[in-house]
Amino acid sequence: MGYHRYDAVIVGAGGAGLMAAIQMAGKANVAVVSKLYPPRSHTGAAQGGISASLGNREEDHWEWHMYDTVKGGDYIVDQDAAEILAREAVDAVLELEHMGLPFNRTEEGKIDQRFFGGHTREFGKAPVRRACYAADRTGHMIIQTLYQQGIKHNVNFHDEEHLVDILFTDDGQCCGVVTYEIKTGEFHVLHAKTVLIASGGYGRVFKITSNALAGTGDGIALAYRKGVPLMDMEFYQFHPTGLYKLGILVSEAARGEGGVVRNSNGEAFAERYAPTLKDLAPRDMMSRFIHQEIKEGRGIDGKDYVLLDVSHLDPKVIDEKLPDVTDFARIYLGVEPKNEGIPIQPTAHYAMGGLPTNVDAQVIRDPSSTPVPGLYSAGEAACVSVHGANRLGTNSLVDLVVFGRRAGKHMLETLQTTDWLPLPADADLIAKSEVADLLGREKGESVAEIRKAMQEVMMDKVSVVREAQGLKEAEARIVELRAAYQHVSLQDKGRRYNTELTEALELGCMLDLAETIVHGAANRQESRGAHYREDFQARDDKNWLAHSLTFRTPEGIRIEKKPIVITRFEPKERKY
Amino acid sequence: MQTVTLRIKRFNPEQDAKAHFEEYQVEVEGTDRVLDALNQVKWYQDGTLTYRRSCAHGICGSDAMRINGRNRLACKVLMQDLGSKITLEPLMGFKVEKDLLVDMEKFFDAYKSMKPFLINDDTPPAEGERLQSPEERDRFEDTTKCILCAACTTACPVTWTTDLFVGPAAIVNAHRFIFDSRDKGAGERLRILNGGSGVWRCRTVFNCTDACPRGIHVTEAIEQVKRALLFEQV
Repeated sequence: MGYHRYDAVIVGAGGAGLMAAIQMAGKANVAVVSKLYPPRSHTGAAQGGISASLGNREEDHWEWHMYDTVKGGDYIVDQDAAEILAREAVDAVLELEHMGLPFNRTEEGKIDQRFFGGHTREFGKAPVRRACYAADRTGHMIIQTLYQQGIKHNVNFHDEEHLVDILFTDDGQCCGVVTYEIKTGEFHVLHAKTVLIASGGYGRVFKITSNALAGTGDGIALAYRKGVPLMDMEFYQFHPTGLYKLGILVSEAARGEGGVVRNSNGEAFAERYAPTLKDLAPRDMMSRFIHQEIKEGRGIDGKDYVLLDVSHLDPKVIDEKLPDVTDFARIYLGVEPKNEGIPIQPTAHYAMGGLPTNVDAQVIRDPSSTPVPGLYSAGEAACVSVHGANRLGTNSLVDLVVFGRRAGKHMLETLQTTDWLPLPADADLIAKSEVADLLGREKGESVAEIRKAMQEVMMDKVSVVREAQGLKEAEARIVELRAAYQHVSLQDKGRRYNTELTEALELGCMLDLAETIVHGAANRQESRGAHYREDFQARDDKNWLAHSLTFRTPEGIRIEKKPIVITRFEPKERKY
Repeated sequence: MQTVTLRIKRFNPEQDAKAHFEEYQVEVEGTDRVLDALNQVKWYQDGTLTYRRSCAHGICGSDAMRINGRNRLACKVLMQDLGSKITLEPLMGFKVEKDLLVDMEKFFDAYKSMKPFLINDDTPPAEGERLQSPEERDRFEDTTKCILCAACTTACPVTWTTDLFVGPAAIVNAHRFIFDSRDKGAGERLRILNGGSGVWRCRTVFNCTDACPRGIHVTEAIEQVKRALLFEQV
């Protein structure tokens, strides 16, 4: 066992984790743990942009951005957090530029901005150019820039180490983590004053997803196993334009630049559902419009996809502003977007839910927002909540940098006045016995079969449209699969780069999260944002204008409501 | 659906004295990625097969390997473009850790030696961004696309014979800053690249350009650095 002592340990080397690390680098002893190499993190796959009301192209104000965020989230956003998001987005984006991020530029040399779904001027009147971008690889530029800064500031990177446990004292204070070094099979105990879980989302719970194979929610699930509640797990965003069958994302920027989605009649149908914003309606809505078109028989050739059409755009716009996404269509589907529509279908994209935090990224443990000492979370792993029931495009990157930064600053303050707490006896016991169990079984169930079954049932019953009976079936199926998981066996018994083992650990985490998603979806008897119930089609503010907190107890899952914070914008009907 | 044979170079230092090939039959669609075929083997035939992967669409840079002798990302090559017998081997020039997975430490060390971060000690504007014209940005746009997959560096014959060359990927990342109008570290980087492990080891073979899954004009970027050294054209 390796023992290491740090002021702060950050799990996850995506945008949130690195942004936090940079705040502390040079001022505290910081380690960043990643199961990949940092620049491989999924932040790098973000395409379209990062919103901030810079007003470089036209008038814009943070209040407008805040309003769009609240409305986009179907009013279940905490407005104190949304205000911070919209205000600090401006500083955070400028900070990225100062770090060297190569944004596209306007003629006068400022950061260029473009349209994006759900972002409007004057509280919903018309689309506004708010998304700062670097071609259609904004996330790539963010992860590269932040990794570069991490190198500059000598951050301690623990690359290719897999999180296997989060450590707490008997009275519930977080005091470190346990990792498994993938290269050697060695366990490491990282003793820390503060721990940040920035390990990202869990799109791999679903069959069709834009998420990386690494998007398995490890940090969230491991905290949940230790008694930390999860918030708003029923809200999972399906992005309307994933490449057919593959789920690879085609950025909303394609529609921001003027692309439209068409059905089998060639009709640009979004206008029928959202007369003002049309194809720039938010993602939850676009996904449901597509679902409806397909259900009514207007999918292409009667199949479950429609077409994203950018063929009418200036070829120069396609080459300069959408080079990567149009390349995906060429490479993976053999389609030339300059001449023909791109086959697309909704794809599991973003978890609005996750570890509940306050605006300083401290994880909280109850409806009255009591912090868990020492434990922080930011980015997709966290639920602040700024995205509510549906995240707006570009706001994930804003969330990463704004709340990653706040996490780093608050951790830096905290660790000045705290000491290392004693580790639990046999700190790596749970981790070691879990791994020993997996390696020790000679015969049993297959990881791949269980994972496939989970992904299929989650896609069939718990995706864009849900209803009670389907959720009941999904719940029963997940119970079976969790039981089967207890008997998983592996072929690779070695210590060196045993990626069959890490896949098994990931599956265990995903099954825990799938269960909370199903329970959350069954519990919330209304439709709001990305959570759409066929048997409860209306939003119900009287009963459900609240977050849900999911607790794991010995008696099973318990869900409690947590009040939302309303400051400036009273809930209204959400129309575009 | 068609059946293809994957001929995969296997090596596990825990148990093998030397590398050997193993063959696997998989059922694939023409539009499946090589990575899908590898996953099929790992998930349903042989769980010990080891390789890196994450995003599965050419963005994260994890799964560079030799596919029928050429450096490619396994998630960016389709089965229909490869024939019915496909040979998969680890990248050349780096120590093989297990099967298709190589030691990347040397690669990242070379990258870090380029000081791959914006160097500019001037206080940034109190309000607003540093200005940069679209034309100034265009000068280094191409090299910002690098995903650090190592396909170029391990395709370069010079790196197969010596450890003394930083390799194309490191130079690409130096180029990204040398030609950025906001950066003031060009002198330091050019000094490093003028040294014994720098650009003069490049023999302009163009393997790097052919190997780059992001379509970066790698050889041209190296040439631009050479010209910057010879003619101070930064």
